[in-house]
Order: sequence, then C-alpha cells, then structure tokens
Amino acid sequence: MDALLQFIFSGMTVGAVYALVALGFTIIYNASDVVNFAQGEFVMLGGMITVFAHQAGMPLPLAAAMAVVAAAGGGVALNRLAIEPARSAPVVSLIIITIGASILIRGAARLIFDKQLHRLPSFSGDTPIRIMGATILPQSLWVMGGAVAVFIGLWLFFSRTLTGKAVLATANNRIAAQLVGINTRWIMTLSFGLSAAIGALAGVLVTPITLVSYDVGVALALKGFAAAMLGGMGNPRGALLGGILLGLLESMTAGYLSSQYKDAVAFIVILAVLFVMPQGIFGKKPVERV
Amino acid sequence: MTAARGKWLQLAVLAIVIAALPLIFPSGYYYRVGALIFVNALSVVGLVILIGLAGQISLGHAGFAGIGAYACALAPAHLGLHPGLALVLGAVVSGLLALLIGRPILRLKGYYLAVATLGFGILVSMVLTNERALTGGPDGMAVEDIGLRPLLRDLGWRISGGEFWYGISGIALLIGAWMALNLLDSPTGRAMRALHGSEVAASTVGIDVARQKLRAFVISAVYASVAGSLLALQNGFVTPDIAGFMHSIEMVTMAVLGGVGSVIGAVLGAAILTLLPQVLTVFAEYEQLVLGAVMIIVMIFMPQGLLPSIMRRIRGRGE
Repeated sequence: MDALLQFIFSGMTVGAVYALVALGFTIIYNASDVVNFAQGEFVMLGGMITVFAHQAGMPLPLAAAMAVVAAAGGGVALNRLAIEPARSAPVVSLIIITIGASILIRGAARLIFDKQLHRLPSFSGDTPIRIMGATILPQSLWVMGGAVAVFIGLWLFFSRTLTGKAVLATANNRIAAQLVGINTRWIMTLSFGLSAAIGALAGVLVTPITLVSYDVGVALALKGFAAAMLGGMGNPRGALLGGILLGLLESMTAGYLSSQYKDAVAFIVILAVLFVMPQGIFGKKPVERV
Repeated sequence: MTAARGKWLQLAVLAIVIAALPLIFPSGYYYRVGALIFVNALSVVGLVILIGLAGQISLGHAGFAGIGAYACALAPAHLGLHPGLALVLGAVVSGLLALLIGRPILRLKGYYLAVATLGFGILVSMVLTNERALTGGPDGMAVEDIGLRPLLRDLGWRISGGEFWYGISGIALLIGAWMALNLLDSPTGRAMRALHGSEVAASTVGIDVARQKLRAFVISAVYASVAGSLLALQNGFVTPDIAGFMHSIEMVTMAVLGGVGSVIGAVLGAAILTLLPQVLTVFAEYEQLVLGAVMIIVMIFMPQGLLPSIMRRIRGRGE
C-alpha cells in the first residue's frame, strides 16, 4: 500500500511534466495543425538558461522568469523563421522542419552552454513530506501545482478572454476566423510563444528533481507527443489526462514489472489505445471531405 | 519521354555512377563511404514506396533495419545459419511483422500513424537494448563475416573489404531500384498512387485501400531490413542505435530531402545526408547545428525535395 502510494506520487510528478509538454503540443497544433517536435527543446532551454543565469549570480525567480521569456522568444522565432515560410508544405515536410529545429536548438545549446548535467536548488528545501507512509518531495508539489496552474490559466484564457476565443476560432476554421477580422498570423505567433513558455516553465520546475543537460529534450518531446496523442490531439483536457496517465503507467511499470521496460509499456498502451480508438481517448472523429 | 524509357535511363545513370565513382576515389576509405551511401539509399528507396507512392508516413522504420541487422548477428551465432541466409531470415521476419502490425496501424492517419510507427520503432530498439543476454545490450555485438571474400581469393580475385562491400551494396541498390521502378509502373503502383491522392476516390474505383497500404508497408519494411542486414555485415558489428528513433528520422529525412516521389531522389538524399557528417567531422562541434539548419532550409525552399525542385528549374529554363 505504501509502495503503491509512493509510485502514484512519482508517477504524478513525471506525469505533470508530460502534461505540460503535451499542453504545449496541443496549443500549437490547434493554432496551426503543426506538431512541433522541438517542444522538448523548450523544456531543456528553460532548465539550462535558469541554471546558467543562476550560476552567474542572478536570483532564482529572476533567472527562471528570464528563461521563460527567452524560450518564448525562441518559440516566436521558430514560427517566424521556419514554420510560416513553409505553411503550405505537406505534413512530412513540417515534421522534418520541426525535427530539424530540435536538432538545431540542441546543437546550439551544446555550443553555448556545455555537455554537463546541471541541477538547480529546490524551491522549498529537500525535506521529504510524509503522507500515509509514503514520501513526496516539496519540489514534486511545485511541479504538480505548476501543471494545474497552467491548465487553469489556459482554461480561463480560452474561455474568458477575447484573444483566447480568437485562438479557438482560428483552430476551428482559419479562413472563417480571418473573415471576422481575427489576425491569424498574430494568433500563430502567440501560440508558439505561449507553448514555448509553458515548456520552459516545466523545465524550470523539474530541473531540481531530474537535472538538465543539452540533450534531455528528445525523450520529453516523444513522451509529450505520445501523451497528447493518448488524450486525443488538440484537446487540452486530453493532454493533461494523457500526460498524467502516461506518468502513472511508467512509474507503476517501473515499480511492479521492470524499470528497463517502463518506456516500452507506455508505447504498448498507446498502440493499444490507438487500435481501439484511432483518435485517442478524447479525440473527435475526422470526416474526409471528397 | 515514356515511363519505360525513363526507367531504363534512371537505372543506367545509377549503374554508371556506381561503376565510375571508384575512378576518382583518392583512397580506400571512400569505398566505405560509398557502400554506406548505397545501403542507406536502399532503405530510403523502400520509404519512397511507402511515403512517396502510398502517402503513408513511418517514424519507426529503423525498427525493421534493426531486425535485419540483428538477424545477421544472432542467427549465425545461435542457429548456426550462414550470414547470407540470415539476411533472408531477417527480411522474412520483418515482412511478417509488418504484415501483422500493418493492418491495425495503417488504419490510423497523419500524426496518429506517426506516433504508432514511432512507438513500434522504440519498442524494437528497447528490446535490443535491454535483452543483454542475447544482444549484448547497448554495447552491441559482433557479426560473423559473410565469407565470400576468401572464396573470391581462391578464384584468384583479390579485393579489399571496402571494395567488396562497395560492389555488393551497389548491386543491391541497383536491384532494389529496379524492383521499385517496376512497381512504380505497375497496376499496384498506380493503385497506391491513387490512394495517396484520395482514399475515398480510390475505393470508389475498386481499389482495396487497406490492402494496398499494407503492401507498401510490408515492401518498405523488407527494404529496410535488407539494408540493415547489409550494414551489419559490412561493419562486422551492430549496436541498438541502428533501430533508434534518430535513425528512423534520418531515413525519412533522406527520403524527403531528395524528393520523396523518385528513386533517384532517394539516392541523392541518402548521399547528401551520409556525406554531410563525414564532411563536418572537421567541425564536429557544429555538426548538429548545420544538420538541423540544412533540414529546415531545404524543406522551406524546396518542400518537394531537391530533385523535383532542380528538375522544375531546368525545365522552366528550357521553355
């Protein structure tokens, strides 16, 4: 029982990170129909920039804020320089562009920073909190709290603000949105910036637990992508649930079956879900227009 | 130009390039690079059938390359099979596996298909990495020599390992390209092209869409498997990296870079992406940076790939 609770805690922590990455995927996918495989690199940038700014003497909150803003700038640049010029390209080309961007960002990070593993101090100490025989790190609460806060913030943004509704309108039908006067180009810019900022925030929150190096982005992008697909692409609720489900699955497998195959079970479940529900758990059934 | 003449022209160009390149090789090292290009090109030709012809994406084909490679490593060591037969065994296993998983996977579309194939590739590489007792884990394992070179030596033909594999890979690529060009021009090829255009339209003219997709998937899996086997045999060594996600991406990038609809484009894409790291070893620090930039720039300015874009420019000027 204690062990189970312990696995749930660690699964929720990892799952919250996957959920944040998956939310980033979802926002960009909704605004542009692009799956941004460079999403994991924003998590890496968030962690790395914070570490180096903090080492240079900047207070942690300021360093973190700077990392989030810098990553958002990177997201906007990615959209302007690589995605917008290739708007009409086929899906395969867009996949290659974003994977190219991810390789490029990783290469640049290796040059600018270094190849070492780095860590950040925990935000509120390293004393584990005991709950019913299991323990949880205060930093884990920060990660989970961050995911919940981002989700609520996004929900408010999409349902209560005019800009948020403009994003939804663009996601629904780009041409119709343009006709009612929405600047869809600006919506794209906003989406990329927002999603990069969310990724960077995940990086800042999780670095005290998992450490960061220039190459952590690939695995996170794959897991986040898988989580987003599991929930149903383009659905924020699905992204949150898919991420947490994936995290729980991984920690249960690592705990009860085999830690070597924890990543495998995640993908087996995704294959199984897609076989039964080809659009993911919350996805809409697409209709092919002739 | 008729399609048939185009086919023989393409094959002739390919054969002449393969045969003539060694004339300008300054050292034996270039035979190795050439052989690597041909092997990569062979797996990319398979992807041309899947992506370019049938319009399905796969981010997990390195899994099949891994199966082919490890078949050549494991079957001789454990079953006592000749490495050459192990290549055939690997191809059969890959084909059957593709047949088995293909049907449920190919019902998926677009990004869903991408994540499912990606999952498959990752599962294969994970098994190869984790089953240490069998595969040697991340350190990889040695592959038995195919034993043809001593035979040639007995016949009085002394060639180096590099030359030998250059020849074998070149011939394999020619055969693979010839079969792919035949397929492109057959009723099956036209059916695949039709479903690429519109699945609904294809099914209304009586094409069994699921069956044709599956066919393209199985064929491309066998290509990847044979290429993986050849790579393992010529390196004499194999690691799980061959089945890794980055290798899958590399294969798709080669296919799309050259121009995903054409066999010659596949060879061109494979050549560029194989040569790039060799050239960039001098600037090892910048390798990833340049590779990423090349991928982005080519896709933005030539979304159809290099070869179609160049051909269009040439034709455009001719008018």
